[in-house]
Amino acid sequence: MMPDSSTLIGAAADMVTLLLVVAMILAFIRVVRGPSLPDRVIALDLISTVAVGLIAIYSISTGQLVYLPAAIMLALIAFLGTVALALYIEKGGPP
Amino acid sequence: MKDLLVAALMVAGGVFMLIAAIGVLRMPDLYIRMHAASKTGTVGVIGLILALAIHSGDLGVITRVLLISAFFLLTAPIGAHMIGRAAYRSGVPLWRKSVRDEWRERSDKVSSVSMPKSQN
Repeated sequence: MMPDSSTLIGAAADMVTLLLVVAMILAFIRVVRGPSLPDRVIALDLISTVAVGLIAIYSISTGQLVYLPAAIMLALIAFLGTVALALYIEKGGPP
Repeated sequence: MKDLLVAALMVAGGVFMLIAAIGVLRMPDLYIRMHAASKTGTVGVIGLILALAIHSGDLGVITRVLLISAFFLLTAPIGAHMIGRAAYRSGVPLWRKSVRDEWRERSDKVSSVSMPKSQN
């Protein structure tokens, strides 16, 4: 791999990491502010999606591929959590 | 060339994720925020992990990336639909400038369909 192209990827990885961290902060503001429980569930789902993206960026910039199964598990558990909270809201939600 | 493609996919994915988060923060209504979170977030994360697959070029990584992509494409609409239905049935209000509420119109027209209890 040529050094200048790897610095291109490194610069893009740094910029995208910044973008994803800002996205996570914005979604967390919605988690704090959200007027109802489904707002918070949606924002938490988006936060876990951003976390999968952060794992992908980390794997690109460092070459470590051991976190890719963690990304699969994170996507799975985020979906299970969303479904469980949806069923909880439909059954009546918080008292 | 390959690195340029990887960098372009990464930047596009990151920008889509940022747009999704801005939409979740700024949109006026739960049902409009859901669109930003599910569709734009899915496109963003698929762009990022496709960049990982092209960058590594390993067959195992490509298989796992295709698995994650198919999983997001399957589960994001299901999760958004379940959350939206649960929110409507638990009485989360629509935006005051919304012009259509097809569920309410349908359940007013067909009187045998019981209206979901709201504001419980």
